[in-house]
Amino acid sequence: MYDLTYHRATSVDDAAAKFSAASDGQLLAGGQTLLPTMKHHLAAPSDLIDLRGIADLVGVKVSGRSVTIGAMTTHAAVAENAQLASVCPAIVKLAGGIGDPAVRHQGTIGGSIANNDPAADYPAGLLALGATIRTNKREIAADDFFTGLFSTALSEGEIVTAVGFEAPEACGYAKFPNPASRYAMTGVFVAKRGGGNVRVAVTGAGSDGVFRHDGLERALSEDWSVAAVDGVPVSADGLMTDIHCDATYRANLIKAMAKRALA
Amino acid sequence: MTEQGIGARVLRKEDKRFITGKGRYTDDIRNERQAYAAFVRSPHAHAKVTAIDSAEAEKMDGVIAVLTGKQLTEDGIGNLICGWAVNSRDGSPMNMGAWSALATDKVRYVGDAVALVVAETQAVARTAAETVVVDYDELPAVVHPADALEDGAPQVHENAPGNLIFDWGLGDEAAVDKALEGASHVTEMKIVNNRLSPNPMEPRSAIAAYDEAEDHYTLYTTSQNPHLARLVLSAFYQVAPEHKLRVIAPDVGGGFGSKIYIYPEEIACLWASMKTKRSVKWTANRSEAFLTDAHGRDHVSTARIGFDADNRIVGFKVDTIANLGAYMSLFSSAVPTYLYATLLSGQYDIANIYCNVRTVYTNTAPVDAYRGAGRPEACFLLERIMETAARELDVDPAELRRANFIREFPHQTPVIMAYDAGDFAGNLDQALEAADYKGFPARKADAAKRGKLRGIGLSSYIEACGIAPSAAVGSLGAGVGLWESAEVRVNPVGTIEVLTGSHSHGQGHETTFAQVVAERFGLPVDNIQIVHGDTDKVQFGMGTYGSRSGPVGLSAIVKALDKVEAKVKKIAAHVLEVSEDDLVVENGEVKVAGTDRSMAWHEVGLAAYTAHNLPAGMEPGLKEGAFYDPENFTFPAGTYVCEVEVDPDTGETEIVQFVASDDFGTIINPMIVEGQVHGGIAQGVGQAMLENVVYDEDGQLLSASYMDYTMPRADDVPSFAIHHHSTKSPSNPLGIKGCGEAGAIGTPPAVINAITDAIGNNDLQMPATAPRVWAALQAAASSKIAAE
Repeated sequence: MYDLTYHRATSVDDAAAKFSAASDGQLLAGGQTLLPTMKHHLAAPSDLIDLRGIADLVGVKVSGRSVTIGAMTTHAAVAENAQLASVCPAIVKLAGGIGDPAVRHQGTIGGSIANNDPAADYPAGLLALGATIRTNKREIAADDFFTGLFSTALSEGEIVTAVGFEAPEACGYAKFPNPASRYAMTGVFVAKRGGGNVRVAVTGAGSDGVFRHDGLERALSEDWSVAAVDGVPVSADGLMTDIHCDATYRANLIKAMAKRALA
Repeated sequence: MTEQGIGARVLRKEDKRFITGKGRYTDDIRNERQAYAAFVRSPHAHAKVTAIDSAEAEKMDGVIAVLTGKQLTEDGIGNLICGWAVNSRDGSPMNMGAWSALATDKVRYVGDAVALVVAETQAVARTAAETVVVDYDELPAVVHPADALEDGAPQVHENAPGNLIFDWGLGDEAAVDKALEGASHVTEMKIVNNRLSPNPMEPRSAIAAYDEAEDHYTLYTTSQNPHLARLVLSAFYQVAPEHKLRVIAPDVGGGFGSKIYIYPEEIACLWASMKTKRSVKWTANRSEAFLTDAHGRDHVSTARIGFDADNRIVGFKVDTIANLGAYMSLFSSAVPTYLYATLLSGQYDIANIYCNVRTVYTNTAPVDAYRGAGRPEACFLLERIMETAARELDVDPAELRRANFIREFPHQTPVIMAYDAGDFAGNLDQALEAADYKGFPARKADAAKRGKLRGIGLSSYIEACGIAPSAAVGSLGAGVGLWESAEVRVNPVGTIEVLTGSHSHGQGHETTFAQVVAERFGLPVDNIQIVHGDTDKVQFGMGTYGSRSGPVGLSAIVKALDKVEAKVKKIAAHVLEVSEDDLVVENGEVKVAGTDRSMAWHEVGLAAYTAHNLPAGMEPGLKEGAFYDPENFTFPAGTYVCEVEVDPDTGETEIVQFVASDDFGTIINPMIVEGQVHGGIAQGVGQAMLENVVYDEDGQLLSASYMDYTMPRADDVPSFAIHHHSTKSPSNPLGIKGCGEAGAIGTPPAVINAITDAIGNNDLQMPATAPRVWAALQAAASSKIAAE
């Protein structure tokens, strides 16, 4: 790791100010991607502004079916939240399946979505849930937030403060972990919302990051069942091929994981 | 058996320090004014080095020196060598290309070291290394073993035309061809043995300290064989004369073969310590380990096996291309030849075997021995083709094996090895019984009801361990003898130090070796200290690999114990005024048999050192040494049964049962042996289903971290059912065969045989990942549709 200046922010405004003052600052949300990258000398920020001490950014609030998760809430805290489990069990399962216990106690939801790794779990969850991402400047719909591989609608220095969503009537998440990294080789989040509105989001498979699958959404809107998935054609076009598997296999996994998410 | 003797489950003496974080590994050691090294490594798989500009690095605060291959060569440091000469079939010697510890004119794989920065801290050294500008003229690269032999393939070394290192053969080709022609059935397969990364938990590390006043070097390093390291460093690399070089391999966190060899980094650190007059330390990070630790396996083979009308094997012919990487590592030539083709008879009585091996250079990391070393490749080939033949012949795979088992010993195979003992049918029966082989159809039907495809696979392995008789390996080209040495020192108070040339890097020698002494004299294991890993303490030794510490290392200790016992009896006979023939040593006493007269063990020790009352002419003291040269290899063998369930939707494969029946001969500590088998099977499962070193066509390593290289984890493996059915080795005093590699050798074919049985498609290469299994299922389904 190269030398740098570490700052512990006391508030969101303080973090924003420190970021602005830095020549090449980076926000530290949990560090589960950033710190290994820095250790490998692949990132060399001049300043690291740690958001984890900001109390306002931590915690899960469930009010009726409205859910708000602070950006600095760890995956472990989401996974262990019984109130959240009662209204949206799939997001709890998703959080409990990220990485390993050490990662889950350091990594945060804000850090995960701001990084938007194409194989991360949370982007699928938030996209399928139709979540709203709140920042220190505005609110952004999940549909607009995730803009491609490791890219988001966030502007330079914009800080995610929370995510919010209405708990769906039914939902499920299943992922096929990459055997080495245990990131999603393909993960599918299905959510059935009021009025028969179904959203299906796929992570780990798309060449351009997380995406919604129209065919599965249409089929499941008509028939929310495992059987409905069988008839849906899933194309390998636009899916990733890497040393672990090809696009054809990922297309198959989209169906297989959709079924598991519904089971 | 005594309570702590042979056969007892004594808890490991070394574990207190390991599990409380008190182990002392090379990187834990820090000398005064410690300096740190970082290497400038090639980012290209194949390139000419045209210039090196280190001006910026040299100006940085904290940088002590930047050293290059040119300076290394000028200082007379020798090239790295391969220590086993293998000739081609036409008698010509192998084409060994030059390997300088720091590349001078050309780099040949990604990670090849071109320069070395020595600095006051590790961080400065690494940062400075990044500023060294190396000008490269990139050349096309060759990566895959078969591609290396193609016309027009990029030439890795000038003196190995067509990248061919040697074209070697073993056996009578004409006889095998004739046998196969007359066979009533021939099974042919193309088999890939996937390339593996060794991944010991502790990365490689070296600390070299030059003492200018004494003109003496001390090297701490992660070695499985410190004496061999000293010998090679002095005799071949001219870094320091042998008597001026002390090599210490302290606690070492796993090796799996990868820490046998002497690597460029140790040589460069020793040389740099002399150049800078500082202690120079280098520890690999995990990225460097992936790039530069010698890889394992990487064979492409075609095999043909013929059977007569009674399903007896009449001939077996194998053609293998083995990838040795960019340079010939220390034992790289022996692994795909004398440790491979010599095991192709397996457990079977085969009159005619022929194997041709072509070894090739490629622009990849050097390849050498990795747990099993040649024997897993042989076992995989034979046990896959036996299972395949059974399917083609429509006979039970267990019965096809049984019909061909060797049943009389000694048995001379046509490929050098003379098996001395075994009960192959006994191991097969034990494994089948433990696995409830007969109940498999019912379990398969039950799995089908749950939507799962269940399969069962066998593997009856044999390996040659306890390497090796020195004269025999010398006649085959080995540059060293493979004996072992021991010294047993009985102190005046009766406690004992055993100095052994074997090296423990996870094997538990401090416990098992003490148990052998405890058994012999009836002493508590806590009174016995095992000393190893330091060339200044231990007389000499050939180190630990090839499951040799038990059969060879312990045999040397037993020989020394024999001498100690003889002297003890002479002293006691003199003091007690009895005939030494009437004495027995047991329970920590030297007793006159059948009486209550005795001397306590410590009284004998004291008598030896006070020397007040010794037999006339006897030297004082109680210390004996021995060298043991084995008379034969040992032959651990057994049968493994693997049962899997495959999810047809995804190809995910779960090992639902794994049964092992091993014949390791005498077992000193069953707990430690089970641990060795567990680890070996886990690595075997890793090779079969998970692990794969992948280079792209340009020679870039794609599986360069744990994000992409799949190590087996606890949830990838089942609980193993380990059984023993043993015959003693007649070739060493304790009857030990060795157990360190069996799991890694026997497991892969059992796993692949089980998966191919489950999916009904035999065309499946390792690692059988879920995507590959699913693709094989799709191929089977479409060929079925095509057939209908």
